[in-house]
Amino acid sequence: MTATTSPPTERLASRRIAWIRRRRALADLWRRFRRDRPGLFGLVVLTLIVFMAVAAPLIADPARFDLLAVRDIEEWQSPNSSHWFGTDDNGRDVFAMFVHGSRVSLLVGLTAAAIAIVIGSLFGLTSGYTAGSWLDRVLNRVTEWFLVIPFLPLAIVLVSVLDEPTLFGLIKPGLGVIVFVIGITSWPGTARVIRAQVMSVKERLYVDRARALGANDRHVITRHILPNVTGLIVANATLTVPITILTESTLSFLGLGDPTRQSWGRILNEAKQAGAITRNAWWYYLPAGIGILLVVLAFTLIGQALETILNPKLRERES
Amino acid sequence: MLTLILRRLMAGVVMILFVLSFNFFLFRVVESDPVGSLYRGRNISAEQRERIQERYGLNGSKPEQFVKYVREMARGNFGYSYANNRPVSTLIREKLWPTLWLVGISTLLSTLLGTIIGIWSAWHRGSWRDYLGTGTTMLLYAMPDFWLAMIVLVWFGREMGWFPLGGLEDPSSDAVGLTKLLENIHHLVLPGLVLTLSYLGEYALVMRSSLIEVMGEDYLTVARAKGLRDKFVRSRHAVRNAMLPVITLITLNFGFVLGGAIAVESIFSIPGLGNATLAASKGPDLPMLQALFLLFSVSVIVMNIVAEILYMYFDPRVRTR
Repeated sequence: MTATTSPPTERLASRRIAWIRRRRALADLWRRFRRDRPGLFGLVVLTLIVFMAVAAPLIADPARFDLLAVRDIEEWQSPNSSHWFGTDDNGRDVFAMFVHGSRVSLLVGLTAAAIAIVIGSLFGLTSGYTAGSWLDRVLNRVTEWFLVIPFLPLAIVLVSVLDEPTLFGLIKPGLGVIVFVIGITSWPGTARVIRAQVMSVKERLYVDRARALGANDRHVITRHILPNVTGLIVANATLTVPITILTESTLSFLGLGDPTRQSWGRILNEAKQAGAITRNAWWYYLPAGIGILLVVLAFTLIGQALETILNPKLRERES
Repeated sequence: MLTLILRRLMAGVVMILFVLSFNFFLFRVVESDPVGSLYRGRNISAEQRERIQERYGLNGSKPEQFVKYVREMARGNFGYSYANNRPVSTLIREKLWPTLWLVGISTLLSTLLGTIIGIWSAWHRGSWRDYLGTGTTMLLYAMPDFWLAMIVLVWFGREMGWFPLGGLEDPSSDAVGLTKLLENIHHLVLPGLVLTLSYLGEYALVMRSSLIEVMGEDYLTVARAKGLRDKFVRSRHAVRNAMLPVITLITLNFGFVLGGAIAVESIFSIPGLGNATLAASKGPDLPMLQALFLLFSVSVIVMNIVAEILYMYFDPRVRTR
């Protein structure tokens, strides 16, 4: 901190001003977001799905897809009043599986995207701030490798090979490995975008002014660069989630998901294994796919709305 | 411009070396004792063990293995598959063609259709045509490709019976020549349709936003003020400039062609590289995976360089910089 000479009362006041500004910026964001109809639609859809995931045990009893509990239930029922989405080849209730499956899709999608965003932001900030140095060059090479490597095959290999606790027991087989693998393969795009933005912010006049006044790196980064890339990071995070959710469902569909948990990808995998295609048991394979589609669509629409609002270049165009 | 291209080529070579060493460490780190896991539970003598290690290039210290590995890779010798002991290069050559045909043609079709839909939506921005175009492409973009594959398989394969359910040829078929080719094409229609539809969304969305950006430029107003017809302005001025980012996207995606269709290949049981990757990861069949990864990465690197050279050709601003 450079300007520490001001008395505490004044600092409190300046902090309060900062908060007022932030609140105003947030209100402004909401006002603009509300006018973006596709974005609003995405938000409504997402809210409904999140509600379903959180309240899953209240909406549908997990015993309805417990293999031991459904032994007496007729299999391959088409949708009816007691089984809204019908039953599968074992008599499990597809609606209950669908409701509970939303949890894994959202959980894995969100946490993996969080990991990707943290790695991508760190890489982007560091290499953007030190642009041209050896560190930047090394980081760029690593980013490039991750961009060049086909990430779905990489994810498949890592998931199938990491069958024991790795990284000092931090990453356990099952959901942990899947989150880790999707996270470390989805960040390079974010790193690229943020690096470019940091490089352009770094050259602005007010950064020169701050430096002339004696600001150190920490001050420049926390006070000038971070606030300027936060919007971009948020928009990028929202656009990363669809990718991580699609990757999770693909891995589960290929039979590489957590075998102890229901997920939309796994429902589709089991539907295919059970012969839902040859029987045309549409009630079995349609809901899970529509679920994935809606979540991905919702995040994409929200992300695009945020991008138009938060990215200054796109905002100019809007008016 | 020539020096620029040369510099790009050099960077590409460095990148390939980087990929080579990274692959080596990735696969040696994830599997510390391949021979042990290969002969899991079986008793093998120390002598046998040595012979196996020799054959798969696993003897000696890690640095020694690395030198040997790079040397053999440079000679185009990718070793032998753990799964069936055949040379990896032969295996890959067999699997290459189905994937190349299937994904190559789908990529071409999807870029073509995608750009056309993108141009159409951008040109009718805000009208019902735009909503129709963008809505459809958004839906296609958000749809998991394997799910679309299942639906298509049920409807056109099973219900209608127009197309076979999988593979490249009928199991009982002994067709040769042209009939065989027609049979293969018949088998590739459905997976090709699925891939085309699921790739198309991205191109259409990028093309649309790129064209909208270009349409705000002053030179288009000038062109119209000169009295040029709308159609002419669109095709000669706007679309040409808006194509630039799309060209990059297309070339980059072409690099991912080989490794991109794992789930769809698996549903339609296409004997291609995607299915080979899936099978090799189960073992894991390290020599096969290593070679596949190298192939995938090198194709992306090569297409990256092609993208940049194309960019120099199309955009004078890049050339003169």
